[in-house]
Amino acid sequence: MSAPTAADLAIAVLLPDVLGTYSDAGNAVVLAERARRRGVSTQLLTVTLADAPPHGADVYVLGGGEDAALPAAARWLLRHRMRDALAEARAVLAVCAGFQLLGSTITDLAGRVVQGLEVLDADTAPGRERAVGEVVASATVATIGELTGFENHRGHTTLGPAVQPLAVPTRGTGNGTQQHGRPSEGALSGAIVATYLHGPVLARNPSLADHLLALATGLDQPPLDLPDQEPLRRAYLETSPHARGRRWRPIGRNRSRRRG
Amino acid sequence: MVAEQRFWVARHAGKLTSTLSRRLGRGEGAVIGGRVALALDPGALRRLARERRIALVSGTNGKTTTSHLLAAVLRTLGPVAHNATGANMPDGALAALADAPDAQLAVLEVDELHVATVAGAVDPRVVVLGNLSRDQLDRGNEVRAVAAALAQALRHHPDTWVVANADDPMVVWAARAAARTVWVSAGSGWSGDTAGCPRCGEPLRLTLGRAWGCRCGLVRPRPQWSVRREDCALTDDEGLSVPLSLHLPGAFNLGNAALALVAGAVLGADPLVAAAGLANVSNVGDRYRKVRRGRHELRLLMAKNPAGWAETLPLLEPDASLLLVINAREADGRDTSWLWDVPFEQLTSRPGVATDVVAAGERAHDLGLRLDYGHVRHTTVTDPVDALACLPPGKVEVVANYTAFRTLARRLATEHT
Repeated sequence: MSAPTAADLAIAVLLPDVLGTYSDAGNAVVLAERARRRGVSTQLLTVTLADAPPHGADVYVLGGGEDAALPAAARWLLRHRMRDALAEARAVLAVCAGFQLLGSTITDLAGRVVQGLEVLDADTAPGRERAVGEVVASATVATIGELTGFENHRGHTTLGPAVQPLAVPTRGTGNGTQQHGRPSEGALSGAIVATYLHGPVLARNPSLADHLLALATGLDQPPLDLPDQEPLRRAYLETSPHARGRRWRPIGRNRSRRRG
Repeated sequence: MVAEQRFWVARHAGKLTSTLSRRLGRGEGAVIGGRVALALDPGALRRLARERRIALVSGTNGKTTTSHLLAAVLRTLGPVAHNATGANMPDGALAALADAPDAQLAVLEVDELHVATVAGAVDPRVVVLGNLSRDQLDRGNEVRAVAAALAQALRHHPDTWVVANADDPMVVWAARAAARTVWVSAGSGWSGDTAGCPRCGEPLRLTLGRAWGCRCGLVRPRPQWSVRREDCALTDDEGLSVPLSLHLPGAFNLGNAALALVAGAVLGADPLVAAAGLANVSNVGDRYRKVRRGRHELRLLMAKNPAGWAETLPLLEPDASLLLVINAREADGRDTSWLWDVPFEQLTSRPGVATDVVAAGERAHDLGLRLDYGHVRHTTVTDPVDALACLPPGKVEVVANYTAFRTLARRLATEHT
């Protein structure tokens, strides 16, 4: 890890060594590449448990991790006072365990409570069963549109009354709780975007990537030509059983008889 | 008496179903046959295992290859029952034993989530553990949970020898639970899932050579056997050196061969004698198989997860074109996020022309988008056989994940150009 340089946009990936289980570091690759194609120079900083974090990065990206890794990640974030860095950042994307860690408390299956960073008014506790499968959700910000992603978590997250959800899930579980009478997915709070969606979420949803880049740079984000993007989006939106009016059945229930 | 009759009926009904399935062209028949037998007699696996010396091969990557190598090693001692087709659940194990009633020795590849069940039924002499990394996360199996379940299973078998890779921290964490362990330094090409200590989550320290350790006290055990890559040999701590002459590519296959020889030695096979037979293993359930098709010479490679792809990408011949095939069926894991942890950027340094990479498979666009962001120029064609038409004549390296590989290998064997 090195300090941020004179690049237009410094993007820090926090703790991919423990919050990298679900390949969310790809979100930083997507942000950097989309910025680069629009002429904005970027620097990617990878910050592991063994490093001290940079406090001046423009964008921070956190991902999902194994349940067992959460306390170590929380200790690191608190020890390095990352609350201030994240509160001052131009844009933050936090996925799954990363989302939970930005909240106030995370309760595990045994009832132990891990303190989060309290950047978001949100509390997480275990749901009855693990939510595993495809999610489709309508963003609460019209320009972001429909989101798709893959969720894989046990935690259910309750947002404080003033926190806006990122989206309303029409398929899948999302936060597993209701906000103002509707199911909720993720959270939006100033520069912070939090979600349960993997994929990585920014690869699947370029509008969300550009929402973050607009926050980070203050610039309009003209469309980019990535030939695989549209067929991919169409596939995930069209194969949604919800779109065909069928009830979604979580994938994790079955066991295939033969594994590779 | 009733139990014996039920067993007889179960075994024969299972075999009949297998034969029927094969004749109908529905597959190898091992799974369905085994399933029928197990349904009729849940104790069938235990009965079939009686009086045999059995080795289980498990781990994330290389199970099938290691089990083929171990079967070759044990054949120096006599006939061997083996679930060679990779049917690695309890029903596949049962079918393999039922197919070879006279074999005193058996090699059973076992899915890492089913070791407890199979070991409980067959009481193995040896369990081989090569590596543990992320795979099929959508089944709710984070790698630490898999390792913990393996450790729990091994604790129930105090007489079983565990032949384990000392270079993989997750394997060591699981195998330390066993009463009898032979540590092999088999190498480890992937550390993406063990940057944090398996036991306490703090950063692991890598020290000289292949050594590693953590402040909490989890350290690499001293291996009795080691792979020496410089001259492709397996050495023991008393100075014995066994040449590893393989027809399979890659450093990871040297590690697989080493584990097979050591497991064989535990069962009484002289490694110096058995090593000669390893060179006869040249394709493993179509993996590494070469196929001529029209103007193309294909080599089939399977890679299922970030660790497997990281091992496979360096093997690709620089002057061959690439057909990369990705599915996301249940046996592959439904979530394609893992593609983003594969270092596809390595492909940009290949000398090939712009048209020489094709992304294919049911999830061709997931792969294509990943390649786009990795600056790998490619074309995207969903059907892998159609995709071949996009490639220039000559060598094609085909890398596919589990169901993509099996479907394509079957199509290549049956469809004509």
